Amino acid sequence: MVQRYSAFSLVKNALSGNQKWQRAWRDPEPKPHYDAIVVGGGGHGLATAYYLAKEQGLKNVAVLEKGWVGGGNTGRNTTIVRSNYLWTESSLLYEKAMQLWEGLSADINYNVMFSQRGVYNLGHSLQDMRDIERRVAANRLNGIDAQMVSAKTLAHAIPGLNTSPSARYPILGASYQPRAGVARHDAVAWGFARAADALGVDIIQQCEVTGFDIKSGQVTGVQTTRGPIASNRVGVVTAGHASVMAEKAGIRLPLESHPLQAFVSEPLKPVLDTVVMSNAVHGYISQSDKGELVIGAGIDGYLGYGQRGSFSTIEHAVQAIVELFPQFSRVRMLRMWGGIVDVSPDACPIISKTPVNGLYFNCGWGTGGFKATPGSGWVFAHTMAHDKAHALNEAFSLGRFESGALIDEHGAAAVAH
Amino acid sequence: MLLIECPWCGQRDESEFSPGGEADIARPLQPDQLDDAAWADYLFMRKNTKGWHRELWNHSQGCRQWFGVERHTVTYAIRRSYQLQEDTSPTLTEDEA
Repeated sequence: MVQRYSAFSLVKNALSGNQKWQRAWRDPEPKPHYDAIVVGGGGHGLATAYYLAKEQGLKNVAVLEKGWVGGGNTGRNTTIVRSNYLWTESSLLYEKAMQLWEGLSADINYNVMFSQRGVYNLGHSLQDMRDIERRVAANRLNGIDAQMVSAKTLAHAIPGLNTSPSARYPILGASYQPRAGVARHDAVAWGFARAADALGVDIIQQCEVTGFDIKSGQVTGVQTTRGPIASNRVGVVTAGHASVMAEKAGIRLPLESHPLQAFVSEPLKPVLDTVVMSNAVHGYISQSDKGELVIGAGIDGYLGYGQRGSFSTIEHAVQAIVELFPQFSRVRMLRMWGGIVDVSPDACPIISKTPVNGLYFNCGWGTGGFKATPGSGWVFAHTMAHDKAHALNEAFSLGRFESGALIDEHGAAAVAH
Repeated sequence: MLLIECPWCGQRDESEFSPGGEADIARPLQPDQLDDAAWADYLFMRKNTKGWHRELWNHSQGCRQWFGVERHTVTYAIRRSYQLQEDTSPTLTEDEA
């Protein structure tokens, strides 16, 4: 029986010197057969397993992770959560995620520290402002909270922001999503792992999938470094390594993997109580609860699986931040890292069936997957359980690259891809 | 930071170049003969190789020529740059990749 986390359990365990906490999830040996296998123990994969067990009633589920849970992009992002995408297909998908975020800590009994501190997307030119206004209008039509903010209001709301008209890239205004914010990324992986485990899901770490067993077009199992495991239902959620996995199944994907870098400063006293993003100067920044400034850079343009990128990309991001917040020029950076993001041609995910029966792919989230974590898992679990896309991810099929029905969020999604 | 050898200008800093993605993708000679799947394959599908990768670069801040590079996508090591018209070697075999 999994003990629930509560104020009472905190006090009880404090009195016993914090020596009696139950481990958060089991470390089971793989069984020979599962009703469903999720390949990849990041946030999306763990969320998929959790919703398979909770919403779809599949209890005999395994998550296979080659390293450790949350060791990839889940722990390598800038933790921003928002749903203000331009196109209806994506805004509805990200809004589903947003609604799940809003009840997530209670649902999985794990504090993911979801903080709805708002997100500003700045505009620096007349064209920026027209695009922002269009996106805000589109968001409101889709029932998503979004508003236009003037430069004057910005100066008030974000005291450190350089709103001087003489700035190199003057700030003319912004869009604002009040319900957006940040969440603690590691806690999301751990919380979903613990909640899925409590529902009977086997989370098997240090277990790399090396191949798929496919008989007359139907997946029958996977080969792993810990032996073969049978299942007629396999969902692959391996982000930057999606193409590597697809090749093992003889499937081609329209993805390119790129390094995406981010870095944090030394901890400071509170200076920024919201999230600021700028497409034009290309940087985004927030302050973590520990006080570190969390800064995201852009992707490196070349293909890379190295979990690191070039210094010129970091320099570019720092220039952007110093442009927005001149006083941060003297802040020292503490550490930096890179993730491998799988970028699709239309900057939208692929949450889809494949030419192989029973084999499903959830990939192509590119630079913006973290914010979608619960929603991604929710629709992917539905897709795997019913062998059919949910209405929310129907448009995100692999087939759209043949039909031409792309969802062009490149440049439209309030993010610098 | 990558040091890239431009076949015309020699070794230069990465910031002078723009990446052009996977090399050896030939535009179909008769696109109207293709079905949607074959066209999508040409247009969108990529090997996204983990390992040695033949790719295009443009010396955009220099001589503005396109050329080919063989680069490892995990170590980022570069072992060869070549002029596209002079390259007669076949695409990488499974072993080499």
